[in-house]
Amino acid sequence: MKKRFALKLIAACAIAASATLSFAQDVIKIADIVELSGAGATAGTNFKNGVELAVKEINATGGILGKKIQTITTDTQSNPGVAKGLTQKAIDNDVFAIFGPVFSGSIMVSMAESRRAEVPNFTGGEAASITEQGNPYVFRTSFTQATAMPKVARYISDEAKLKTIAIIYVNNDFGKGGLDMIKKALASSPTKVVAEISTESGQVDFSAAVLRAKQSNADGVFAYSNEEESARLLRELRKQGWTKPVIGETTLTGQKVIDLAGDAANGAIAHVGLTVDAPVPAIRAFRAKFEKEYKYVSDHNGMKGYSGIYVLKAAIEKVGKLDRKAVAAALHTLKVKAADQPGVLMDVAFDSKGDLDRESFMVEVKNGKQVVIATLPPLGAGAAAAPKK
Amino acid sequence: MTDFLQLFFSGLATGSIYAVAALGFTLLWQASGTINFAQGEFVMLPAFMMLGFMSLGAPLLVSFVCTLVLAVFVLGWLFKRGLVDPLFKYGMMPIVVATIGLSIALRNGVRAGYSAEAHPFPSLFADRIYNIAGVTVTLQDIGTFALAMVIVMATQAFLAKTVTGRAMQAVAQNTESASVLGINVPRMIFYTFAINAVLAVVAAMLVTPTYLAKFDMGEGLGMKAFFAAIIGGFSNSRGALLGGLIVGVAENLASAYISPAYKDAVALLIFMVVILFKPQGLLGKKEERKV
Repeated sequence: MKKRFALKLIAACAIAASATLSFAQDVIKIADIVELSGAGATAGTNFKNGVELAVKEINATGGILGKKIQTITTDTQSNPGVAKGLTQKAIDNDVFAIFGPVFSGSIMVSMAESRRAEVPNFTGGEAASITEQGNPYVFRTSFTQATAMPKVARYISDEAKLKTIAIIYVNNDFGKGGLDMIKKALASSPTKVVAEISTESGQVDFSAAVLRAKQSNADGVFAYSNEEESARLLRELRKQGWTKPVIGETTLTGQKVIDLAGDAANGAIAHVGLTVDAPVPAIRAFRAKFEKEYKYVSDHNGMKGYSGIYVLKAAIEKVGKLDRKAVAAALHTLKVKAADQPGVLMDVAFDSKGDLDRESFMVEVKNGKQVVIATLPPLGAGAAAAPKK
Repeated sequence: MTDFLQLFFSGLATGSIYAVAALGFTLLWQASGTINFAQGEFVMLPAFMMLGFMSLGAPLLVSFVCTLVLAVFVLGWLFKRGLVDPLFKYGMMPIVVATIGLSIALRNGVRAGYSAEAHPFPSLFADRIYNIAGVTVTLQDIGTFALAMVIVMATQAFLAKTVTGRAMQAVAQNTESASVLGINVPRMIFYTFAINAVLAVVAAMLVTPTYLAKFDMGEGLGMKAFFAAIIGGFSNSRGALLGGLIVGVAENLASAYISPAYKDAVALLIFMVVILFKPQGLLGKKEERKV
């Protein structure tokens, strides 16, 4: 009897202690709402690991404004509805900021909640529409199609010097969005689009698409599709003896596509916003730390989560106090230099919509590996700046 | 002309993949009067079984043989005992609905239990490309086409020339007379399911290098194979081959000469025309079921 009473007492004390602890404002609570299961599991897990690595480092070096960060991680199951509920729950839990979800479809739904509660929300989503709704509390950790395509276009016309190009795209929101952006970006350049070849999501046979690209007699092809379709397209291009440049955006040279396409991926060139292979000291250091902690190499989503936390840190330190509104306002004009805050990995600038701009890379697949072949300047640096080799 | 031939031969390769899957449809229909709408998933599952054996270190052919045994048990015996036998007495519709349910369960089971991502799959044939008069074909294409032909012909010969095959036909045509003649009816029906499982494994080995091993790879495949079986004739194994090739080639030509957006509609269009004017299929006979 006595023993049980003692146990109850201990339990009561523990609850009381934890309650007071969470009431005390000496931690900065951050909700990490990510895809840990379902289709987005790979992306979400990487993002979460990046966030946790950054938090661990910051806590080890004294936290932000002397306060430690506490992360609360939850799983959206890659489901927008669940993501919305979890965001609501995190807000009830009085978090200072929200990281995730990574999927565009999920953030589109869940950001309404963080907006209403005026909580800064960082996302890994890349759909252009996320920041086009005037939501002052949503911030990106990576490029959108709208930022990436002008860079690709600049590369195609200035660097690769292609006079004509055929575009093979996947006929869904992602693919059509990309097609519109690249056409717009190429419109003011000397490169002419001579063929727009639509393909279906889940398409298996690309012989007709490749044939039309060949008939168009273009100097190169711009391939914009999802991973499996990109792999099949690369195989078909090789089969039909295509030797001209194959250029893409992010997906085309992703490790998954390389695994699926095998040798056929060699020679493909793509623009990537973030890559652990980048010749940047801060990224090299990040890659090593991440690999030591989690025993595998991070993908770009790990870099998004990691750099996102440091962007938040920079914003809070700029404001000097824990005020969500002020921090969100500060983020809209924030420019962080990697020299001052190495955790952001590269110099980064935010605009009034919550979009970001920074350097990015052109990579080529060589022997089944991504190799960085050029560093592209930020879009804001102007068209005059030539890419450094 | 070269372009046309290129499209034609690429279509033949895709078409022979449809044909092998369609063969399973016709076989089950002929022998037991059931339509298995999980046929696409029956191709997907062995692909993952083979991947599983390969991840244990077995080479492709060894895992193929192991998968054959496992598939005959799971997709043959278990499918028949667990789903077809209990529902058989209620007629065809409940089985059809149950197989649709099964396909959803298998698809999501693999997604939740294994992975939602696509996995590369090694090809049985060497990665070689031939260029004949401007038309490029891969060894994979030729091999798939040749193997599909051999399988269809072998199935046809087995059913027509061997004692077991003829016994299976007898069961399909008249179960009662067959049992009076001393044919072990349940065993013959099991054989049909077993052969269907074997065909699924072979189809998996042929299609997965192109389709990539993914939980939903069976979705489109099963549908196209069903159309192919109807077009060619549900009561004829050669019909499955013809139907598959027609769908494969027509799709490819349509996506080049009309629009890729209508690619998937082409199979449906041919399907409707055949249903309207020759409901028994191009090679089907009007008489009652026959293997």
